[in-house]
Amino acid sequence: MSVHTEYHHRWLRQPASTYWWLKKPVYFAFILREGSCMFVGWFVVYLLLLVRAVLEGEGAYRQFLLWSATPGVLVVNVVTFGFVVYHAVTFFQAAPQALVVHVGRRRVPARLVLAGHYVAWLATSIVIGWLLLGGTA
Amino acid sequence: MADRIRLQVARYRPEQESEITFDEYEVPCHKEWVVLDGLNHIKDRIDGTLAYRWSCRMGICGSCGMTVNGEPKLTCATFLSEYAPGPVRVEPLGNFPVIRDLIVDIGDFMRKLVRVKPWIVREAEKPLADGEYLQTPDELDEYKQFSMCINCMLCYSACPIYRLDPKFIGPAAIALAQRYNLDNRDEGASARMDVLSEHEGIWGCTFVGECTTVCPKNVDPAGAIQRYKLTAAVESMKAFFMPRGAER
Repeated sequence: MSVHTEYHHRWLRQPASTYWWLKKPVYFAFILREGSCMFVGWFVVYLLLLVRAVLEGEGAYRQFLLWSATPGVLVVNVVTFGFVVYHAVTFFQAAPQALVVHVGRRRVPARLVLAGHYVAWLATSIVIGWLLLGGTA
Repeated sequence: MADRIRLQVARYRPEQESEITFDEYEVPCHKEWVVLDGLNHIKDRIDGTLAYRWSCRMGICGSCGMTVNGEPKLTCATFLSEYAPGPVRVEPLGNFPVIRDLIVDIGDFMRKLVRVKPWIVREAEKPLADGEYLQTPDELDEYKQFSMCINCMLCYSACPIYRLDPKFIGPAAIALAQRYNLDNRDEGASARMDVLSEHEGIWGCTFVGECTTVCPKNVDPAGAIQRYKLTAAVESMKAFFMPRGAER
């Protein structure tokens, strides 16, 4: 139990400003990431809708493509893509601090862990790109 | 460089004020003077009623953390000349109740710190006759960075999660838990996991990273938290897939 002074009840608890997140770019980036998680959620829902359309057959798939090409869906998906990339990049930034990798007795430098993530991302993108282009050729 | 600089110092005297006000003082701006020297000059020569904490003057005790021009700083390691020609605004650390002037109450942290058992936990102590618990330099390196924390509270002051959710256990407490979790002499990791894995534990953090940016001792609390998230996730998976094998 804490021992308080005669003025304990008058200790000043300063309320946070509503706009505290505009005071520093890093706070703004944090709020942007928190707020944009809805778009990441939409990305998952869109993917599930795509899978369902594929499973339902060619007609449903073509219907899905037509719906995806409507301006509203297109705009939402472009914005979503930007936020998903933003989340991926910030996730990669955190990775070297979360992953402590040792080779023998030596710790792998953080920049190599980070580079490994980007190389894996690039390699995955190339493979997917190759599959997509190969499929349309 | 100007030979004097103005300090705008936050004052809160609970017996006469209900809000923070600012008093302005002019102090010498010597090249080697830090903000704390300026405050000591005010206290000794201008206004003896100013209240603030300080002790070692060399970045060891962690007492003199304050907000300097909006940034959490150790005032013993922040040179006045960096802010020339001034003014320099000195306020109490954010996110804590202010007791008086520049003094905040850190009782919330002290209560949380005890919960993570920041000491070496042994299931059974070996007999004294068996000698010390020896440790190699590599084993020391595993946790040494986290052992540098001086409980200065700059990380809590910079953390928006702690501001939004005061139940969040916070950066320094988690870093200090990791200091002992990574010590090969310690056997208390599973006991700490119960506290660290709570919703208000590591999962409250969404990696803003400001705790690491403001840390004057390069402890990297954000790194400690992310690292422990991985540990906790692996342990949860083990408990799910191998419920008997993962029993503690």
